[in-house]
Amino acid sequence: MASNSSTQLLLKTLLRVNEINQASVAAFQLLISGNSDIWQIISLSFGVSLTAILIATPVALVVSFFLAFFQFPLRRTLISLFNTFMSVPAVIIGLTLYLLLSRSGPLGNLGLLFTSKAMIIGQILLCFPLLVAMAHSSFQAADRRAWETAITLGAKPWRAFFTLMYELRFGLIAAVVAGFGRIIAEIGCSMMVGGNILNATRNIPTAIALETSKGEFAQGIALGIVLLVLSLALNAGVSIFQGRGELQA
Amino acid sequence: MKTSALFLGLLCLFISVTAYANEPLRLATTTSTENSGLLAKLLPKFTQQTGVLVDVIAVGTGKALQIARNGDADVVIVHARQAENIFVAEGFGVNRRDVMENDFVLVGPANDPAAISGKNSTLKALTKIARTQSTFISRGDHSGTHKKEHALWQHVGINSMGHWHKSIGQGMGKALLMANELSAYTLTDRGTWLAYKDKLSLKILNEGGILLKNPYGIIAVNPALHKDIQYLKAMRLIAWLTSPTGQQQIDQFKKNGQQLFYPTAIKDVITSE
Repeated sequence: MASNSSTQLLLKTLLRVNEINQASVAAFQLLISGNSDIWQIISLSFGVSLTAILIATPVALVVSFFLAFFQFPLRRTLISLFNTFMSVPAVIIGLTLYLLLSRSGPLGNLGLLFTSKAMIIGQILLCFPLLVAMAHSSFQAADRRAWETAITLGAKPWRAFFTLMYELRFGLIAAVVAGFGRIIAEIGCSMMVGGNILNATRNIPTAIALETSKGEFAQGIALGIVLLVLSLALNAGVSIFQGRGELQA
Repeated sequence: MKTSALFLGLLCLFISVTAYANEPLRLATTTSTENSGLLAKLLPKFTQQTGVLVDVIAVGTGKALQIARNGDADVVIVHARQAENIFVAEGFGVNRRDVMENDFVLVGPANDPAAISGKNSTLKALTKIARTQSTFISRGDHSGTHKKEHALWQHVGINSMGHWHKSIGQGMGKALLMANELSAYTLTDRGTWLAYKDKLSLKILNEGGILLKNPYGIIAVNPALHKDIQYLKAMRLIAWLTSPTGQQQIDQFKKNGQQLFYPTAIKDVITSE
């Protein structure tokens, strides 16, 4: 009796595993066959997150440079503010943005709610504090003399700034990758202000949530693979890059 | 020592047997029956009369049927006739019965850009929305409401939809809120509409048509497919819900003074009262 029921349990488990296998095979087929829905979702995800990081990074670099290299009132307060904002949950940013952009909100007549522009704004807000905080600690650890020497040698400030950034490239790139990692996998804010509209605001995380709730695991797994491979590749790339930096130093 | 071990073993056996006997019936159903509060009113009465406890898994119709296919539920209450028929025809479900019905309504912005209000048939209204390319929010999540909407568009003969048709893959409440924000049309069940209408500036623009009927069915999961299906308990729930007592309870259920569900298993008994 006991062995009978355990055999049945085993059989059932095997059936489940088989189901997952089938879904995974279907997932690869979806990816390889160039299923247009899936690739649309993937390209939207990248489009939105890359735009957000491209807009946020230059501003964040300049801000963090000023915070590290110049003395001005409220400097310390600003630094702690950015450090604090790093931990604001995505759903809170989503909620705030929703209320601002809603038709009954102060920015309602811009008509941005449930568009990819709103998603980009949300992701900029999400990654900006992280970029500033990480870049700031890079700038702070930098040798001040590099900057001062460049200036005394007659370099224009922006020229010196680029030289300094080149010296710090490993830390700064790690900051950008961490920022990108935070927003590409983010779901709370995208779901709230994007609305998960097919072919318009549906990105990888919101699509995975939806496919799972529909019980269609193949699509979910396919998108999960893309997200996972991307995150692993990014992190591996950065650590290899940084490793090379250490050797040269 | 030996006797105490034996005693302990017997105790374990006893506990597991009684635990098994009281194992709750697993009911997979749509969010509309759960969120409206109907089940919270019906199920305690059922448990009181039969001693059968019920665990409710509230999901969309598509997911509910999927859960039942996997043998993770004993009985389902759903609203998508076509999907129900397939579910039974494929051998996953047995003994389907009609339980109750309510209806869908077509809602939209008060200024009604597609001019669908008035004495239009539902199909005419949908044709107008498509022709004027007015924004329409679709659930897009394989729920009963989404299946209904899909069937209606097919009736109208519109298969390819442009950017005006926004498939959002989210629940009914969210769809209504988005329709409100985007001044769009959407199809909703009346229960969710009543729960949300105070927060919205949308209006009912088409209702009452035969195509907007929303019948709910109850189906027992085929006990031959999975070993641990609680078939007898499932049949007791089906029997109770379709009995005069169960049907009366459905008939008397009101939310904010509005009747949400109309019994259909034995209509005559109810109406002759």
